[in-house]
Amino acid sequence: MKIDLPDPSLVVLIGASGSGKSSFGRAHFLPTEVISSDFCRGLVSDDQNDQAATQDAFDVLRFIAGRRLAQPRFTVIDATNVQRESRKPLVELARQHDLLPVAIVLDLPESVCQARNRDRSDRDFGPHVIRNQSAQLRKSIKGLQREGFRRVFVLRTEEEVAEAEVTRSSLWSDRSLERGPFDLIGDVHGCHAELVELLGDLGYEVAADGFTVTPPEGRRAVFVGDFVDRGPATPAVLRLVMAMVRAGTALAVPGNHDVKLVRKLGGRDVRIAHGLAETLAQLAAEPPAFVEEVREFLHGLVSHLILDGGDLLVAHAGMKEQYQGRSSPRVRDFALYGETTGEIDEFGLPVRLPWADSYRGRRAVVYGHTPVPTPTWVNNTIDIDTGCVFGGRLTALRWPERELVSVAARETYYEPVKPLLPAEPEGPAIEDRPPFVLDLADVAGKRIIETRLTHSVTIREEQSTAAIEVMSRFAMDPRWLVYLPPTMAPTATSSRPDRLEHPDEAFADYAGSGVETVVCEEKHMGSRAIVVVCRDGDVAQERFGVDTGETGAVYTRTGRPFFDDPQRNEAILAKVRAAAESAGLFDELETGWLVLDCELLPWSAKAGDLIRSQYAAVGAAGQAGLAATSSILEQALARGLEVGPLLERTVERAGHVDRYRDAYRRYVWPVAGLEDLRLAPFHVLAAESGVFADRDHAWHLDRCDRLVAADPDWLRRTERRFVQLADPAAVAEAVAWWEAMTAAGGEGMVVKPLSFTVRDDRGSLRQPGIKCRGGEYLRIIYGPEYLAASQIERLRSRNLGRKRGLALREFALGIEALERFVRREPLYRVHECAFAVLALESEAVDPRL
Amino acid sequence: MHPPEPAAEARRSDTPRATSAGGIVDRLLLTLTLTGPGATDLGYLLHKHPDRVQEFSLPFGKAQVFYPEAEPERCTAALMLEIDPVGLVRRGAGGGFALAEYVNDRPYVASSFLAVGIVSVFKSALAGNCKPRPELAATALPFEVEVPVVPARGGADLVRRLLEPLGYAVDATPIPLDPQYPEWGNSRYVALKLAGTVRLAELLSHLYVLLPVLDDEKHYWVDDTEIEKLMRRGEGWLPDHPERELIVKRYLKHQASLYAPATAQLQALDAEGADDDAVDESTADGVEAAEANLEGSVLLRDQRLDAVEAAVKASGARRVLDLGCGPGALLRRLIRGGYESVVGVDVSIRALELAARRLKLDLLPDEQRARITLLHGALTYRDERLAGYDAAVLQEVIEHLDEPRLAVAEQNVFGTARPGTVIVTTPNAEYNVMWPSLPAGAFRHRDHRFEWTREEFQAWGARVCERHGYRVDYRPIGPLDETVGSPTQMAVFTR
Repeated sequence: MKIDLPDPSLVVLIGASGSGKSSFGRAHFLPTEVISSDFCRGLVSDDQNDQAATQDAFDVLRFIAGRRLAQPRFTVIDATNVQRESRKPLVELARQHDLLPVAIVLDLPESVCQARNRDRSDRDFGPHVIRNQSAQLRKSIKGLQREGFRRVFVLRTEEEVAEAEVTRSSLWSDRSLERGPFDLIGDVHGCHAELVELLGDLGYEVAADGFTVTPPEGRRAVFVGDFVDRGPATPAVLRLVMAMVRAGTALAVPGNHDVKLVRKLGGRDVRIAHGLAETLAQLAAEPPAFVEEVREFLHGLVSHLILDGGDLLVAHAGMKEQYQGRSSPRVRDFALYGETTGEIDEFGLPVRLPWADSYRGRRAVVYGHTPVPTPTWVNNTIDIDTGCVFGGRLTALRWPERELVSVAARETYYEPVKPLLPAEPEGPAIEDRPPFVLDLADVAGKRIIETRLTHSVTIREEQSTAAIEVMSRFAMDPRWLVYLPPTMAPTATSSRPDRLEHPDEAFADYAGSGVETVVCEEKHMGSRAIVVVCRDGDVAQERFGVDTGETGAVYTRTGRPFFDDPQRNEAILAKVRAAAESAGLFDELETGWLVLDCELLPWSAKAGDLIRSQYAAVGAAGQAGLAATSSILEQALARGLEVGPLLERTVERAGHVDRYRDAYRRYVWPVAGLEDLRLAPFHVLAAESGVFADRDHAWHLDRCDRLVAADPDWLRRTERRFVQLADPAAVAEAVAWWEAMTAAGGEGMVVKPLSFTVRDDRGSLRQPGIKCRGGEYLRIIYGPEYLAASQIERLRSRNLGRKRGLALREFALGIEALERFVRREPLYRVHECAFAVLALESEAVDPRL
Repeated sequence: MHPPEPAAEARRSDTPRATSAGGIVDRLLLTLTLTGPGATDLGYLLHKHPDRVQEFSLPFGKAQVFYPEAEPERCTAALMLEIDPVGLVRRGAGGGFALAEYVNDRPYVASSFLAVGIVSVFKSALAGNCKPRPELAATALPFEVEVPVVPARGGADLVRRLLEPLGYAVDATPIPLDPQYPEWGNSRYVALKLAGTVRLAELLSHLYVLLPVLDDEKHYWVDDTEIEKLMRRGEGWLPDHPERELIVKRYLKHQASLYAPATAQLQALDAEGADDDAVDESTADGVEAAEANLEGSVLLRDQRLDAVEAAVKASGARRVLDLGCGPGALLRRLIRGGYESVVGVDVSIRALELAARRLKLDLLPDEQRARITLLHGALTYRDERLAGYDAAVLQEVIEHLDEPRLAVAEQNVFGTARPGTVIVTTPNAEYNVMWPSLPAGAFRHRDHRFEWTREEFQAWGARVCERHGYRVDYRPIGPLDETVGSPTQMAVFTR
């Protein structure tokens, strides 16, 4: 006997004790595919025959089976299963996971079972047990199909068992071996003329008979169903579709209308509504054989198809991820009708659940069913029903090109119940669209994120937990957060007596990685600012999905908006936009938007609170404390006490405090308005034409310079030196430049390899930049007296490893976020990366680094 | 809270983890003056000779004692501590920390070290012992104390409230942040001078307890020994002190949380997190405390809880969500309300930890425990766990969201979770004029992103109804003023 089993499915072995179920299982399945009740009894009670443990054992069995089916994995249950009540939970389990239950019955003569049991020392039950089981089994066989087993195989003799040939077939819906390219065509509804025109536009030749179609070389059509009803020429459409499918030039899934027609043709009592009457009238003019052919064709269609190596799924009303690659009545229902809330809207139509909004699958889903004005990708799904029969358009999606091709309806064949387009296109319709929503599950818990630049990055649960709070309380709309900047590691610690950091170590680091040229960029002492700027509100809406009228965003390294006031925000954006226009950046980069990496000055504009409450406070306390100490010591000295050296040290320290105050005061200037701010761009991160991580820093700085030239008063140039590391004179010049800059109060510089990304000879990503901070600036970080011999020696042993690791991972994540955005991946995929940068920043690292 | 006293074995968790790395606070000064005839008896009282400079080694650095003046009518001893901050950071490294903890004068460190300096160097004086002249220790004498830099959260006013009841004449002068920027105002340090006639042991005990209390910084590791120390040093004066509760609360402030340090770290990144208590102030107790303070009493808070609880009850709900539950004030009432399921959701893990502790979740019997769930979640993310409830409460929550993010929260509550009843309370901005202490145009709490008038609230409510198919009913909470309405406004949405 040939036993062909769907894979995946739940196979239930049925047979009395001693009927050979376990042997059968061993012969035909992997040991891990078979879950036996005896084994589970052993798990819970250490005794495979402990009948008292039966209930617990079955709980374990169902649990294991459930976890396997959830994956889904092919699973076999080895238990007697002779009673209906023991099979019922298994059928339910399969249903719950939307897989087919299959029964294999070992209906061997009772004598065989009795004989086998007598030979087994561990079976000490009497012969009546097997007698009862055999009787129960016989009673069951006839009803197995009715119980829900989709296929039932019965083996009655030892020979049959021995000769049984077990094979497995993938589910009907799994057609992943069918490779594209495809042309996916939306709901036709009897619009034959439009279909012919659309096929023509797609390069298919339709013969004069109206149904013989020759596709362009290598292409095939895929119909998303609803061929029938409402339109003027349902039979012609069916004739064409059937001919194409038969010829192997098309694939098709059924629509709800098609299924209803099948039921009607099969003699079922269905309500004649929603255009079915037109179809029946048109079919009445056709020969009965054609009508029967139609019925058979539509009846034979599989509710959804997985195509192209598993990358593409086609179903009439879509398919949520949980149901894909599975088979059950509710999967079929979903494919035909989608998911509804059970409520009815104001037009009397069922309220649909927005499954696509929460779709997180990697497989693209193409569907129809619900007419939309314009097909839009939502989380890797697209509805291509553009309501041809209602006077809209008939649309095709070219796959894998993802291009849309459509033709206009020649007339409105059927009045829609609900207007296809919102009544007032510019009115409240836009605002009424539900806002874009991300799932907590998109960011919560432990996460592993694949990045293009480096291997996967792991985010621990406590990191994501911390970031959820910060992201939701302070960050701006995630649609703008297409990037968060990485932290930057300082250079390896200098061994010079009066230095903690010096360019030499940064140069040596890159030279050691094989870098020939580096660029030293002035480090502005301000606040990191990411500027996302769109050419206009339309770009903001089309590309970022933001319809509030904002034309971009300016945000901090943790995603907080810089300006609470929307007008101020727009004013900044207007300045940047004007500079970008005048520099020709939008045109050059073929884009309507830019992401710029910048520093916003002064530091006090954003960090005023920090400066006041931390740095100024240290200065105030220090000054007051040391003044008091000095005067006390002077008094003591006057009394002749031995406090001379103490007094000297105190006076010297007072000098440190003064320098400390000077250090922060350099970065403070009053900001009354926009004109007092300065923006210093240093990276042009991304635009429509790509992520510019593949351009070197000369390219970036050149474009930034052009921006600055367009508005030199408000935008600030980033000074730089390009240095050939092999040229000692160039290196010395760069060090001198750094010395001069930092002596004058500058924060320091960032040393970057000329290329935006650099790998060492083993292929590992290297630091994208290393900061070398000036001695006076470090006073703010390490304290007024950090250069004192007693302190600096110990400060030198600082551990950079963690910081460097973080910097690399965050860099990779930031670029990944941009890559995903540029590739128009769903928002949740972009947000995942930006969020991960923030989550990593919760890592405890010495914040002075 | 305190660094280890010399007698105690140094344990890592006792060591303040972070201090000024280069710090100014590594030099702390306190002077103690005895006036009047026999002033030089101070030498006996302190067991320190007035003509010598003495040095003591401490676990965290060293202390010096010397006398800048020793006249018959006026004798002053100076206690100067030199702390080794780099060493301390090294020893304490490994936990979560924020930049501020390094650079900043961690005031608690300052005050705590000073307290430990007192207990170490003046040990027998603190114990009231003076072997050569026992009567001196037992006598109240005219003392003066100067601490040139005292971190005082609560300012000069609090300094007086803490010290005057103990009989001191107090002179607390605020220290300006930066003379170059007078507009920045004062720092939270004061120069402190005290004068009073007390026993020396009392004086030192007061300083030992109250200097750290004044700074009121966060203390990540507080254990039972701190309670014992407080009891010992507060003996005889703390029980009768009018600010007793504040003193105990600040002294024993707990901050045990797995997540709080990480969150604090993130907030500090933006340099805006200068208010490092944003975590608890805006999300947990702080909100209630700050608002309760403003609103005059806890009365309004209770009225709000009463009103919300009654609205939940009236809705007939069996399964209830408290979205933005904070430390669980409403939950505490709801779990007694016989509901089938009560779920508290908050974005602050710290608030949830507090709630779990206050609700004593780990002590509840299984049957009650099964009915209460705490979930970490955010209104800005859709959360499938929140579907299928009869009622949801958003009590004083929406005003903590940036207005542009409100639409998403609205969609997640009314569109996705879609409970039968949604109860929303929020401040009525019109009522703010009734509080003279609130500057015009200011919000009641600094984490409020907006405060709505009744008209604004109702306009929002109408839009929600239109979009999501709810009906709404508005109710005032708190005293009703004819012109400006009630302090809190409540909307009850049903569908």
